[in-house]
Amino acid sequence: MEYRQAKTGKLLIEILPDRCDFCGCCVGVCPEDAIELKEAEIFIIDPRCTNCAKCVWSCPIEVIKFNREGVPVGK
Amino acid sequence: MKNEYDVIVVGAGPAGSMAARFAAEQGVSVLMLEKDRDVGYPVRCGEAISKAGVEEFIKSDDKWIAAKISKFSFNAPDGTEIIIEFGDAGYVLERRIFDYELARTAAEAGAEILTRAYVNGLLFDEDGTVCGVKYEFNGEQKELRSKIVIAADGVESRVGRWAGLKTHIDFRDMESAVQITAANIPVDQNTLYFYFGKDVAPNGYFWIFPKGNNKANIGLGVSGIIGKKKSAQSFLDDFMNKHYPNAPILTKIAGGVPCSITLDKISAPGIMLVGDAARQVNPLSGGGIASGMIGGSIAGRIAGEAIKMNKLNHILTYDKAWNDRLGKRHEIFNRIKEGIYNFSDDKFNSIAHSVLKVPIEKRTLGKVFTTALMNNPSLLLDIAKVFVI
Ligand SMILES: Cc1cc2nc3c(=O)[nH]c(=O)nc-3n(C[C@H](O)[C@H](O)[C@H](O)COP(=O)(O)OP(=O)(O)OC[C@H]3O[C@@H](n4cnc5c(N)ncnc54)[C@H](O)[C@@H]3O)c2cc1C
Ligand code: SF4
Ligand code: SF4
Repeated sequence: MEYRQAKTGKLLIEILPDRCDFCGCCVGVCPEDAIELKEAEIFIIDPRCTNCAKCVWSCPIEVIKFNREGVPVGK
Repeated sequence: MKNEYDVIVVGAGPAGSMAARFAAEQGVSVLMLEKDRDVGYPVRCGEAISKAGVEEFIKSDDKWIAAKISKFSFNAPDGTEIIIEFGDAGYVLERRIFDYELARTAAEAGAEILTRAYVNGLLFDEDGTVCGVKYEFNGEQKELRSKIVIAADGVESRVGRWAGLKTHIDFRDMESAVQITAANIPVDQNTLYFYFGKDVAPNGYFWIFPKGNNKANIGLGVSGIIGKKKSAQSFLDDFMNKHYPNAPILTKIAGGVPCSITLDKISAPGIMLVGDAARQVNPLSGGGIASGMIGGSIAGRIAGEAIKMNKLNHILTYDKAWNDRLGKRHEIFNRIKEGIYNFSDDKFNSIAHSVLKVPIEKRTLGKVFTTALMNNPSLLLDIAKVFVI
């Protein structure tokens, strides 16, 4: 499994990891099990994410965003 | 640490600690794994619980009681306040200490605890039975076998999914919450305050719970349906700017409350789910500490029995045991929730105005419900069932 930290590469969904509180709302609602949450680390597991946006609507503090320009792959 | 355990519990919240304790009390070997450094931290909770809910499991102790609650205050959108007196009904906890003390009771019963252990997979037998966990500890990937795994990994639970159980929660049922601790909040220190209405907390409620010395636990949850348009964070900011613009904010944290009925299946060969991971939260109040401890204790007891009888499929009786104790009741609470959350501001106001006519000494939660009913007769059946069951 390839992880790309806080990015989907495929457009649209981006987590701003510096501002994330690691509360787990997004993980609970993700239908694809596409989010990995450790003690203070969060990833979107790229190949699984369908960009359905449920995580965006469930984030209490607006740190998952649509990124219409696309998130560059790699740093 | 042993090479193998009878029971491995994932997550050291209230549900995990009770599962570990009730299993260990039967003399079986138990290990509880927790990803965070400290049990009980960070706190993502309103911290309110009924006295009965606590005392089923642990003797009340001032060291984790921040405030003693004897009154509820319900506030309608137009500002009408309804006070209901209860006697000594409950507590606002110091959850950081409370969760730690619960874990201690598990350790005293014989359970081992390992923190900073992040579980990231399950082990399976040839026939698909869960037989242990994969976890990361000190940067190393490890494996550990067990006869039974109990998943107590909270709202962010993934362990159940790995076992093939359907644990995903509809985004409409997830109450995405923000919670702060603030100082200089001059509210009555024995009252829980709830605020309703589309401006403060549509499809949910806003709370102010006192924590002694004018400190308070303040927050709200909103359904993903609302979150599409406005986040919990902006509702909180609006409320604080309006009512307490100068209150110092000591802590702030996001959290999620799965306000739904329990999952269809909470056990499968080799695995049981408890607490938020099983969606055992009371969907009407959003309270999950007491119900999680109950779920955990039932699962722990059944797991211990299964090992002692050497009959591992005994764990599949857990679903029914939970449904009989609380699961069925939560289904009714969930229907009431759906009724109440759809109330318009006008309806909340008119209910409050009619309740206000009931003298305070005669006001009970039942009376408030009956008054709500007169405004919304279709709730009658569901509410009647709550009191019958
Ligand atoms: C803002 C907010 C307010 C609330 N207010 C109240 C209230 O006033 N009263 C009330 O009764 N309830 C309230 N609740 C609900 C209550 O907090 C939860 O229902 C309760 O904590 C659930 O207990 P638990 O043991 O199931 O899960 P948790 O307490 O969430 O514990 C789960 C544990 O598992 C660990 N974990 C997760 N994944 C892994 C992994 N992969 N490996 C290892 N460890 C892992 C986590 O770090 C955590 O310690 C509130 C919730 C929120 C978010
Ligand atoms: S967009 Fe959908 S699939 Fe992708 S991480 Fe968010 S919830 Fe999961
Ligand atoms: S919902 Fe938002 S704050 Fe919570 S874990 Fe996901 S990205 Fe972080």
